[in-house]
Amino acid sequence: MTVALSGIEVARQLGPRFPEAIIESSNQAIVVKKEQLTAVMDYLKNSPELSFSFLSDITATDYFDYFEITYQLTSFEHNHKLTVKTRCYDRNKPVVPSVTGLWQGANFMEREIFDLMGIEFSGHPNLKRIFLWEGFAGHPLRKDYL
Amino acid sequence: MAINTETFILNIGPVHMSTHGVFRMKAVMDGEVIVDIEPVFGYLHRGIEKLAEQRTYTGIIPLTDRLDYTASMSNNLAHCLAVEKLMGIRVPERAEYLRVIMVELQRICAHFLAIGAILNDCGAWGTPMMYMFREREKIFDLFEMASGQRLTYNYMRPGGVSQDVPEEFMPALKKLIAQLPGYFEEYDQLLSKNEIFLARTKKIGILTREMAINSSASGPVLRASGIKWDIRKADPYSIYDRFEFEIPTGETGDCFDRYWVRMQEMWQSLRIIEQAVKQIPEKGEIRSKVPALIRPPVGEVYTRIESPKGELGFYIVSDHSIAPYRYHVRSPCLINLTTLRDLVIGWKIADAIVIFGSIDICMGEVDR
Repeated sequence: MTVALSGIEVARQLGPRFPEAIIESSNQAIVVKKEQLTAVMDYLKNSPELSFSFLSDITATDYFDYFEITYQLTSFEHNHKLTVKTRCYDRNKPVVPSVTGLWQGANFMEREIFDLMGIEFSGHPNLKRIFLWEGFAGHPLRKDYL
Repeated sequence: MAINTETFILNIGPVHMSTHGVFRMKAVMDGEVIVDIEPVFGYLHRGIEKLAEQRTYTGIIPLTDRLDYTASMSNNLAHCLAVEKLMGIRVPERAEYLRVIMVELQRICAHFLAIGAILNDCGAWGTPMMYMFREREKIFDLFEMASGQRLTYNYMRPGGVSQDVPEEFMPALKKLIAQLPGYFEEYDQLLSKNEIFLARTKKIGILTREMAINSSASGPVLRASGIKWDIRKADPYSIYDRFEFEIPTGETGDCFDRYWVRMQEMWQSLRIIEQAVKQIPEKGEIRSKVPALIRPPVGEVYTRIESPKGELGFYIVSDHSIAPYRYHVRSPCLINLTTLRDLVIGWKIADAIVIFGSIDICMGEVDR
């Protein structure tokens, strides 16, 4: 049975290494500052006791005040999982660092979010619309799009 | 004297019989060899995630049918599990068994189609596909008995299944269970040692272990690369912890292994169905008491199941209204396609078609 790691526990582990990187932590998830997202993700992936080698999913939710990007991580080695979130407050030009450097699998997931939610991923190798055509106006999954 | 060559762009698809739907591969070719490739999709984009945000939780089930339309039962189950987790609903025993039987039949069904399609792509035009369809029809007959539909079943509900199976279902299922091993063996004899098929698939399009994990590949594609990871075993949902089965894995991660893993998985699915038929309670409730209009508490949930194509995940954010605030589908087909570019570069165009076929995608789920 895959153990869902408690966000509070993980936040305690990450605390000394990344002071001020974690905004919030609950049993379900940890919320990381987007400026330190890549560093935290790198640690989560490469530290031997966590080793989240598999990125299950990335998705974004529009909460009007901010966008929340949710990462689902899985470790095959330890058979545990964790939800990591980050927030982006700028509505006009939201930018979040890309994790394609760590997991190649993030490529299409981030393109999908860029297409439908309009969040830019800095450092993505080929960031363009994936489902809709170039020139389509707006981002349908945003809550203010009809 | 060296010959000057120039690369050119070849468009394969969107309407092409080997792209399994409306999918376009923009290939940069150097003669017959692929130098670079860019998958282009979105031709079947219906905005299911957006549509779901305006529907009730039961009203979404028909939409999930149309994600991976070759495995509607699995999609139904994944959606219902997510809603049940949000609401904390328990599912009656008989319904759990019915669900497992349906989902495993669906896996066999989807793998029939996958294997038939790989053979089609290899150039065995039509004949193997027709063999596969012969048995697929028999499974469809069973689904029709249970749900009234042959392709988009809309069978499961949060808290159980929509209706109990009719009396003639179990005898027909038992008859099919007795027939299936013979069919599987027939395919094995026809295909697994076929020299032309081996020449077309062995050592072609090798996906290494590291690449498979790094690209978030899942399902048979991941297991063919030698990783023993099956959500039914690793993170059991429904009642999968009660059944005995093995996880077949490949060794090299080539096209043949991806075919072979699917072939073996059908045997394992049959094992699960046999056990489920033995254990299922004769009579009983098939749906627990669930309010007609579901209003889950505020919260969010990510559930995943092992669908025939891989890790199918549903992410639902609820704001205590009758429709989800955010509805996201983690589509295994789309994410397995990430590997395509690395797999086909350096291979000839005819191999690229086989490699693409061996990943086994369904455009309904890629584009959503």
